[in-house]
Amino acid sequence: MTTKTHQTTPVLAIPATVARAATAAGAALTLGSTFLAWTWTAKFPGDLTVTGYPGGLQVLTLVGAALTLLFTLSGYGIKGLRWLTPGGTNSPVRLAALGLLGTMGFTVGAISVELGGVVNLEPGAWIGLVGAIIAFVASLGLPHDQDITDTATPSPLEKFLNSLRAPAPGRPKELPSWAEILIIVAAFGIGLFVVTYGIDTAYPELFVGYLLITGFAVTALFKAGLMARLSAITTKYRSIAVAAAFVAAAVFPFTQSTDQYTLIAVNILIFATVALGLNIVVGLAGLLDLGYVAFLGVGAYTAALVSGTSASAFGVQFPFWASVLLGAAVSLIFGVVIGAPTLRLRGDYLAIVTLGFGEIFRIAVGNLDGVSGPRVTNGPNGVPNIPDLNFFGYDFGESHTILGFELGAYANYYMLMLLAMILVVLVFSRAGSSRIGRAWVAIREDETAATAMGINGFRVKLIAFALGATLAGIAGTVQAHVQSTVVPEMYVFAGPVPPNSAFLLAAVILGGMGTISGPLIGAALLYMIPAKLQFLSDYQLLGFGLALILLMRFRPEGLIANRRAKLEYHETGQLDVPDETLAGTTSGTTKAGA
Amino acid sequence: MNTMTTTTPETATTVLDASGVTMRFGGLTAVRNVDLTVKAGEIVGLIGPNGAGKTTFFNCLTGLYVPTEGKVRYKGTVLPPKPHLVTQAGIARTFQNIRLFANMTVLENVLVGRHTRTKEGLWSALLRGPGFKKAEAASHERAMELLEFIGLQDKADHLARNLPYGDQRKLEIARALASDPGLLLLDEPTAGMNPQETRVTEELIFAIRDMGIAVLVIEHDMRFIFNLCDRVACLVQGEKLVEGTPGEVQADERVVAAYLGTPFEGDPGADEVAEVEAAEAQSATRTTRTEGETQ
Repeated sequence: MTTKTHQTTPVLAIPATVARAATAAGAALTLGSTFLAWTWTAKFPGDLTVTGYPGGLQVLTLVGAALTLLFTLSGYGIKGLRWLTPGGTNSPVRLAALGLLGTMGFTVGAISVELGGVVNLEPGAWIGLVGAIIAFVASLGLPHDQDITDTATPSPLEKFLNSLRAPAPGRPKELPSWAEILIIVAAFGIGLFVVTYGIDTAYPELFVGYLLITGFAVTALFKAGLMARLSAITTKYRSIAVAAAFVAAAVFPFTQSTDQYTLIAVNILIFATVALGLNIVVGLAGLLDLGYVAFLGVGAYTAALVSGTSASAFGVQFPFWASVLLGAAVSLIFGVVIGAPTLRLRGDYLAIVTLGFGEIFRIAVGNLDGVSGPRVTNGPNGVPNIPDLNFFGYDFGESHTILGFELGAYANYYMLMLLAMILVVLVFSRAGSSRIGRAWVAIREDETAATAMGINGFRVKLIAFALGATLAGIAGTVQAHVQSTVVPEMYVFAGPVPPNSAFLLAAVILGGMGTISGPLIGAALLYMIPAKLQFLSDYQLLGFGLALILLMRFRPEGLIANRRAKLEYHETGQLDVPDETLAGTTSGTTKAGA
Repeated sequence: MNTMTTTTPETATTVLDASGVTMRFGGLTAVRNVDLTVKAGEIVGLIGPNGAGKTTFFNCLTGLYVPTEGKVRYKGTVLPPKPHLVTQAGIARTFQNIRLFANMTVLENVLVGRHTRTKEGLWSALLRGPGFKKAEAASHERAMELLEFIGLQDKADHLARNLPYGDQRKLEIARALASDPGLLLLDEPTAGMNPQETRVTEELIFAIRDMGIAVLVIEHDMRFIFNLCDRVACLVQGEKLVEGTPGEVQADERVVAAYLGTPFEGDPGADEVAEVEAAEAQSATRTTRTEGETQ
């Protein structure tokens, strides 16, 4: 195939000045329209009937329009706005405009479908839609940000995708350190607001709009180079950034007036913590574990059985710290027992064995009911009535008023789970960047070479596997108290409700293997989407499969790529040689075993 | 070639002593009763035609294969049959087809090589005491030294997979050196290199020898091997055919025969020539006849 470098001819042949003006005008039009009524009845959720006061989806559209407008104005080189686009200038405009069009179009569609026909749209909605279309179409006329090499005759889709490429931002201007810290604080504040908004979305339409606008807006921010700037600053002030992230996470329950959404947040935290633990096993050491949720179950059942509930076969009540340690220890033992015979083997055996173990755990727990086996776990009924935790008289089951904010029962568990997550994040980052972490990655990359470098493959893999099991066990002990009931059906391989083994693995892969933030974002998305879009429940697994296929096609390194994966899957300026010379590293296998 | 660099057995201690190493895969004997010693400060070459069992012999030395018979001693102690223990004992190797950790950075690759010489386990990684930091800093320092030694210090943050071919070969050597070996096994270090790169590699190996590390090298490039080595052994069909100074090996007819085949005695293939000529004559007459018929 012939390749050549193209001049930056835009997708649509419009003069750049006209295109920019039209984009700005379209975005401004839509922005204005959000203050008008979009429909005549309050039957559509969010009440879009009020003039002068945007509600629900109008707010999201407003955000999209404002972002498009800001990026466009930054393209004019207006002083004070240049900082918005240190990387690409026009590609973020295109993305923001597309997000705006998506949200606007979705809103118009949802109103028409739910209320029965386009007659239900007020003129405001039409104005908004026309504005969004103008903005997007005109943005296609803006020049490319980057010269590209591609096939001689790109298809329209290729042309569009090429137009979204953006250069990396240059060296930033030195800012005083207080300003950089302020930026970190502001960024995490915005992050907290965005996440909180997502968790608090009250109806599915709003959540879809939220996903649309945040998805496109975040991509636009990446293309604009703002994310690169932010990550440069957070790397510089690493400890401050980590602290700010956890403070932002800890603030979440204070923003909630009821327990309804705090419960969702707790479950996301549990899911994310377990996914992060799995990331040590899968992402770092490269061991495919298909039954990871069983270790969560081991921890949860252990904690449940020593929690003092009347349904327990043991009738003992351990203090919480003791039950955490016990849960971790029992999970560790199971991890070693499962890992020791299988980790000597290579390849897919581990996946098969762990898949089997996951099912054995669920079925065995279901059978220890006094009929099929000894009465330990009450079989399918599970262990109910797990009492709430009580730390020195601080009852986790009750609401407390702290700093004038009323914190419900789940807020207590949220804080506890956040501590567990901090522990796992700490373990992940510290183990990952050490001698043992490098050994894990080396084993994942090439086990023969790793052993030839003096790494005891079996031992190192067993440590990773057991560590992963222990962390899941710790999360399980908290989960038992949050749910107050543990039943075998919570720990299946694949099911509609996360966490289950398939979803855990998906969270790791979706988010990005080997990163910390990847599985957290992956878990949040995979938990919120089914929880918020319940009307999808029948098609949920179908959509989930489709999403994974698309992800593997277009972004194999996951949403958040770690440094290695980014370099692995995408060309960067770093490549010193064309691919052909690298072929020798993989094709020259003439001698067996070496 | 110079025969003066041959070390005298009285002064040099034996680093590697392989005696009677035999490796059988089922009915196939890949390596048969090979003895080989490498003394301190020596560069020993191992040559042989393709399939002679050189790499198999290497694998027997490094514990990737457990020899069916025979013993391998490193500085007097019998080596355990596990690759990581062999590396810990002090034998490091490179691979014929480069086996770097492709998705780790150059520096990380060398740091992995430090694995056996550092002790920090999971607990010290999690607790991050002063000992851990000191050990990490020391490892980094040593790794950077090695990168400077091979001239890749400016590419420490590059992914190993993105290095040019010659640099990948060098990095593999640095990674092996990171385990502070007493003996370095190089499996075709100049395969696929141009003459300039080969010369640089030669210098590199001399420098490694000067660091007090004995080197055992497999190579097909005869000029390279005869320039480099103090002693050369030739393996043919799993057996050691000859061992000696480069001059001796080069002059040995059996080595030439193993590579190029034996010349025929007397009038080679007179019968065959006659047979071919007869057949040609016959087919020529047949062709003329068929041509005549068509005309």
